[in-house]
Amino acid sequence: MSAPVNKNRTHHVTRSSAAAQIAGAFGAIALIILIAAPWWAGSANLRLMGEVCLYLALASLWNFMAGYAGLVSVGQQAYVGFGGYLLFALTIFGGLPPLAAIAAAGALGALIAIPTALLIFRLRGAYFAIGTWVIAEVFRLSFAQMSSLGGGSGSSLPVNVVRSLAASKDGREFLSYWLALGAAVLVIAAVYFYLRSRNGLALTAIRDNELAAGSLGIDIWRMKFAVYVVTAALTSAVGALIFLQKLRISPDAAFSVNDWTAFVIFIVVIGGIGTIEGPIIGTLVFFLLRETLADLGTAYLIILGVVAIVVMLKAPKGLWGLIRARFSLNLFPLGYRVLRRPEKKGA
Amino acid sequence: MTAFLQIDRLTKSFGSISVADDLSYELRKGEALGVIGPNGAGKTSMFNLITGTLSPNSGRVLFDGHDVTRLGAAARCRAGMARSFQVPQPFSGMTVFENAMVAATQAAGLRGKAAERLCLEVLEQTQMLPKANALAGGLTLLERKRLELTRALCAKPKLLMLDEIAGGLTEGECRSLVQTIKDIHASGVSIIWIEHVVHALLAVVDRLIVIDFGKKIAEGEPKAIMASPQVQEIYLGIEADA
Repeated sequence: MSAPVNKNRTHHVTRSSAAAQIAGAFGAIALIILIAAPWWAGSANLRLMGEVCLYLALASLWNFMAGYAGLVSVGQQAYVGFGGYLLFALTIFGGLPPLAAIAAAGALGALIAIPTALLIFRLRGAYFAIGTWVIAEVFRLSFAQMSSLGGGSGSSLPVNVVRSLAASKDGREFLSYWLALGAAVLVIAAVYFYLRSRNGLALTAIRDNELAAGSLGIDIWRMKFAVYVVTAALTSAVGALIFLQKLRISPDAAFSVNDWTAFVIFIVVIGGIGTIEGPIIGTLVFFLLRETLADLGTAYLIILGVVAIVVMLKAPKGLWGLIRARFSLNLFPLGYRVLRRPEKKGA
Repeated sequence: MTAFLQIDRLTKSFGSISVADDLSYELRKGEALGVIGPNGAGKTSMFNLITGTLSPNSGRVLFDGHDVTRLGAAARCRAGMARSFQVPQPFSGMTVFENAMVAATQAAGLRGKAAERLCLEVLEQTQMLPKANALAGGLTLLERKRLELTRALCAKPKLLMLDEIAGGLTEGECRSLVQTIKDIHASGVSIIWIEHVVHALLAVVDRLIVIDFGKKIAEGEPKAIMASPQVQEIYLGIEADA
């Protein structure tokens, strides 16, 4: 066991795998088909697929924050609503084009997340979760006070703003679908490249063991702060996009804990928290359930609850956790594999 | 010669339980110091105080010429301290190699190929290379302990702090562990080693301190310390506890 002799010419390190390459190829094909959706899907389906994409973006963001950084927030509706309201305010009063307003909503979301984080990062565990909810309620009540944005009853996006997006109705539907798809792809790509980086390795270490992560030189507070602010920015931009599709905003819809947090947590937990694949699978399962059970009224929510409980009991790591444990599969090549070099000659 | 690590009157208590009681000692650069004492004497707590996982009620920790008492664990690690945990703390969802990479990139500050090369070398040195792609959560206790050592070494520490890594090893495994630690020591790394397997400890350390109830009760040349009545009392129970 003395000092290494051969300087490891026997082994080398790789980051890709056959499974990931195949998954990447399929992903690229799926993306091309999805980009072409306006030419093969009907208007109702296109709207549904846009919604799927936006939920996928929200779920991937919540998973990034809760699943990796351990920041279990139940108040992300604060940023969805904040982004939505900023879209309305910036286009109506600021005269910004909708796309610029979405980007600005993201930037301002990051800005407001900074003091918010400084406040709620003093809380731990369950207290943190409750704190995030309280913050979201403060946001809701504040926006309900703004009479210029319709106060408690809300307001609609003016026709001239809607028209500025695209002249025809078809054009607007296509564009808002592509924006939603773009948001989902951008969020997943951002999470993927972050997790693959040096900082991502640190964040994954925090996910698994904070005590050891701190003792290995990782500044846990700073990492979590960065994740919280970036998540807030992207969530605000997605929120702006959501209300660009809805064309109408009110405090209750914008800051709905059910729509923007409960369903999102359901998606992530069902799919598999702390993995990139989890929210993708969870989103598909959620919409499958929603579309097949939509006629059942309130029973639909009860069934969702039962599904969530069963999955949590039987597969605490979600559906992707089950698949991964059985086939040891990773579709996104985040990790490292050590391989033995083929022997050069003889024995 | 100035001390590389100076523990200056550290005191820490949880309610009426004192885990460090006016604890002071020094470590010279390149020295290997052994720490012994009965279970619950405050040895691991002392490590927690030195590495910044715990903050003391009073007293100071000086490391490499700087007062680090107010620094967090992460900053102290980047300043050159690395430890192994007595109860292993693996990153369970990551492979052995990725665990090592965390240390190499975050603690040692290496990037890319340089980090990978260091990890492969250390894994070979600690005989963990065959397990490189195994998830840390699936390792046996002995492998987890070896992973603790691996990770600490990948941090490229100036001060290596080992907390009971020899327990449960076979004779042969223990011998190769001692050889590894000797090699590390010979490369200039200062070491503090808490260990119940005394013969392993004595094969490496230059000096020994004995801790009981958070107090330093003896310090000096290993052979003399082991022969002292106080240590005999603790380890052989010659006198029943009061």
